Amino acid sequence: MTAVFTVTLVMLCLAGALTLARLLLGPTTLDRIAALDVFVILIVDAVAVYVAIYRDGSNIPLLAAVALLGFVGSATAARLAERRDRHR
Amino acid sequence: MNLLSAVLLIVGAMSCLLGALGLLRFPDLPSRLQAATKPQTLGLLLILLGTALRLDLEDTATLGLVALCQVLTAPVISQLIGRAAYRAGSLRRDLLVVDELGAPLSRERPDRTD
Repeated sequence: MTAVFTVTLVMLCLAGALTLARLLLGPTTLDRIAALDVFVILIVDAVAVYVAIYRDGSNIPLLAAVALLGFVGSATAARLAERRDRHR
Repeated sequence: MNLLSAVLLIVGAMSCLLGALGLLRFPDLPSRLQAATKPQTLGLLLILLGTALRLDLEDTATLGLVALCQVLTAPVISQLIGRAAYRAGSLRRDLLVVDELGAPLSRERPDRTD
């Protein structure tokens, strides 16, 4: 089972690295917002794997909080980016 | 039960990895959104299912809430970003097969050029 968790976490880390590359490359603000949204989902994934490793349910509310915060942040940022583009 | 959980975790992580690869490699914003939304949601659902198989029943309810949240909010964000991208013009027109938004937008506001 340890090998399974290692492989899972390594794949999640690789996915995070690729997402960070898109975050740095851009080229527009909306690309970066999409990349950040994916990154929040990857963090939720990693915490879920942590919960699975230690069979410890006390971190599950953290999952819900991070998922909801990620939604609010991405939605707000997308609205602001759209409005700024319109006024330019 | 352990084997099923392991398979679900690995397949979910692979889905996330392929989605991230698409996010980096795809040519314009709408296709990147495609890679950002669906494989990530599928991967998250699979990983949550694999985690739920290793936990007690009462902890599983909150995991279901997280899954519901993700399924409801991912299309909303995708729609918001896609609409903003279309109106900002950051998409490659030569890659579009059909453009259903162009005609209604220009009929609604003829002074706009996008």
